[in-house]
Amino acid sequence: MSAVQLSLHGIDAAVIGASAGGVEILSELLPVLPEACKVAFLIVVHIPRERPSLLPEVFADRCALPVKEAEDKEPVSPGTVYFAPPDYHLLVDRGPAIALSSDEPVHFSRPSIDVLFESAADVYGQRLLGLILSGANEDGADGLLTVRRAGGRTVVLDPSCAAVSALPAAALARGPVDCVLTLAQLRELFSRWPAGE
Amino acid sequence: MANSAFDIELPLLLEAVYLRYHYDFRGYAAASLKRRLTQAMQRTGCQSLSQLQDRLLREPTLFSTLLDFLTVQVSDMFRDPAYFRALREKVVPLLRTYPSLKVWVAGCSTGEEVYSLAILLKEEGLLERSLLYATDINATALERAQSGIYDAVRIAGFTDNHSRSGARTSLSDYYTAAYGKAVFDKSLKTHIVFADHSLSTDSAFSEVQLVSCRNVLIYFDRELQDRALGLFRDSLCHKGFLGLGSKESLRFSAHSTAFSSFVASDRIFRKEAP
Repeated sequence: MSAVQLSLHGIDAAVIGASAGGVEILSELLPVLPEACKVAFLIVVHIPRERPSLLPEVFADRCALPVKEAEDKEPVSPGTVYFAPPDYHLLVDRGPAIALSSDEPVHFSRPSIDVLFESAADVYGQRLLGLILSGANEDGADGLLTVRRAGGRTVVLDPSCAAVSALPAAALARGPVDCVLTLAQLRELFSRWPAGE
Repeated sequence: MANSAFDIELPLLLEAVYLRYHYDFRGYAAASLKRRLTQAMQRTGCQSLSQLQDRLLREPTLFSTLLDFLTVQVSDMFRDPAYFRALREKVVPLLRTYPSLKVWVAGCSTGEEVYSLAILLKEEGLLERSLLYATDINATALERAQSGIYDAVRIAGFTDNHSRSGARTSLSDYYTAAYGKAVFDKSLKTHIVFADHSLSTDSAFSEVQLVSCRNVLIYFDRELQDRALGLFRDSLCHKGFLGLGSKESLRFSAHSTAFSSFVASDRIFRKEAP
């Protein structure tokens, strides 16, 4: 396996978008994050609207970093993994702080990956990394483009590794990204995520 | 990091709207506001917020379009059925002890929630002695709320939510369907007063036993949230109830000690003695 040529230097936050097939991939990645990692991870997974999400609990037991459901107005803490709650959009506001909204679904999705990525790009600019994993619709493709235009780093899971490849393929169709990585390469990247400055 | 042009233009536009139209969005949370204003720019063909501001100052009709972008919030009847079930099972038994009831639905938008509460009160035999105030800052939304007319395609979702709220009757008892629309009964409307009220600039309401304000406070910054919660505290009777959205809390508020948690899982709070 080739070493990943992507610098994580100067990254304060990572936004991750996943739909169908995403939970399995996240369960390969989040548990390998080192305890010393000081990056905030903000994650949208398309999940059913009408029942509470089990994702924060499922991952909390398996991760070295604290994992929680994002709460409105809560300051974003470094070294923490946040999941969007069901039926709300997750946004990043100045501070940086969490903001939730119940605006209309985007691409039939609430939470929407685009909404998270666009608001985070606005706040973090070049200190942001955007990662698209797996999914069945296009939600996230425009958001990743916004991250790149704001100077952030962009990564897409190799569509051949994604259980459902429509989303990573749509993200790649929008234009160049910094890296297309296999699942094994992503695991390596996550396991050496630096503590930051 | 230097502010973008948009970040500089945003407070200027909000100030202009306040001075020109007396609508105060200066305390709204920036992230959602930016998203909605970006959509408004696209819809109105403006290249920048400055251009939008320029037109807003001179075209009052454009302002009503903008108001819809900034305020209209489409909800469902009995959204979060567990909330209505908790009201029915835990709050209604206490509301029964009052000879007359006043309920305030703050930020009612197009009315889905206030009709849901009216139906719930009717099912529980309390509507005859109840008055529901439904307030919003958007006159167009209030008119739609007052009409009580919804697209028939939405009724299946409303019915499913209603039945999961512990319903005692069928939702179809309360509307008449015709020409792709469902019109809700006058017998509900006679107990509802629709009124223009701003949580940003207006004062407290008359004494009420229940305030329901769901998914409104998430659009406010902390200072405006505190203002609104202060109005709710001042409007509620002793031991009155406050219902918030399923992801809203009092945790970060200056008024957190004015309320105690009543049904924590469904964000229902109770006013405490000062």
